[in-house]
Amino acid sequence: MATDTMVSAAIGGLFIGLSAVLLLALTGRIAGVSGFVSRLLPPYSDNQLPVRLAFVAGLVIAPLLYAATTGIPVGIEVTSNLPILVIGGILVGFGAVRGGGCTSGHGICGTARLSPRSIAATAIFMTTGAITVFIMRHILGG
Amino acid sequence: MPIIATFIAGLLFSIGLIVSGLINPTKVLNFLDVAGNWDPSLAITMAVAVATTAIGYRFALARGTPLLGGMFQLPAKTDIDPRLASGAAIFGIGWGLVGFCPGPAVASLGVGANAAFIFVLAMLAGMAIARSLDALSVTPVAPQAGIKGGNK
Repeated sequence: MATDTMVSAAIGGLFIGLSAVLLLALTGRIAGVSGFVSRLLPPYSDNQLPVRLAFVAGLVIAPLLYAATTGIPVGIEVTSNLPILVIGGILVGFGAVRGGGCTSGHGICGTARLSPRSIAATAIFMTTGAITVFIMRHILGG
Repeated sequence: MPIIATFIAGLLFSIGLIVSGLINPTKVLNFLDVAGNWDPSLAITMAVAVATTAIGYRFALARGTPLLGGMFQLPAKTDIDPRLASGAAIFGIGWGLVGFCPGPAVASLGVGANAAFIFVLAMLAGMAIARSLDALSVTPVAPQAGIKGGNK
């Protein structure tokens, strides 16, 4: 692994961690993306919709801001076809709500709090994720 | 003020996804592909993010209340139930199929990628299904034992 890859991986992690700390220190909230996003949908149990929209707006605007300030466009590569995109999206959305969190809420914030639930959830989704990639790439060859 | 603070947190989070490469599904799949051409760099990202959060949370929680008022909203549950396990397992399968989890998928809307729009719409549908199942399960499904026996 190249040194610059490791450095950017670490700096990226630092930003994610600082975001989680800032959010808890200032507003008392956990930085759980699936929690923010799923509660954009009705029914609403509180009046915190503007706060949730603000987090999502920050997520969406950052790539534009990053490209504008650095001059480097943000590139992503998606290899999945349409049916896989749809099935994957449904499973991610359903599983995140059912499991009470995703990579951010369980994987980062919950693990940092040493929550047994979050550590278990993270171990489970890393495992099923790795198994799925193994099947898709090495057995089905997709 | 909480709205501005939350917006800035969203920006920082997304910049972290961009800088680390976690926003890129192919990189995520290479990270999950432990049997293939494994890219371990995202393990560093996770480790640094968790360590930073663990240290920062300690200081934040030591104050007793959030700086902008209100209370800390931390999950109270501690038991690892079938719901958590099955949810996480299903989540992982979807994650492994495409390489998107909710943060990177939503951030990728800002990149303008069509795949991100499709994925996020499907993800919202999945979330809506899970939430409506929850709403259904509020009404008791099994007959209550107390009714027949009268031992209320």
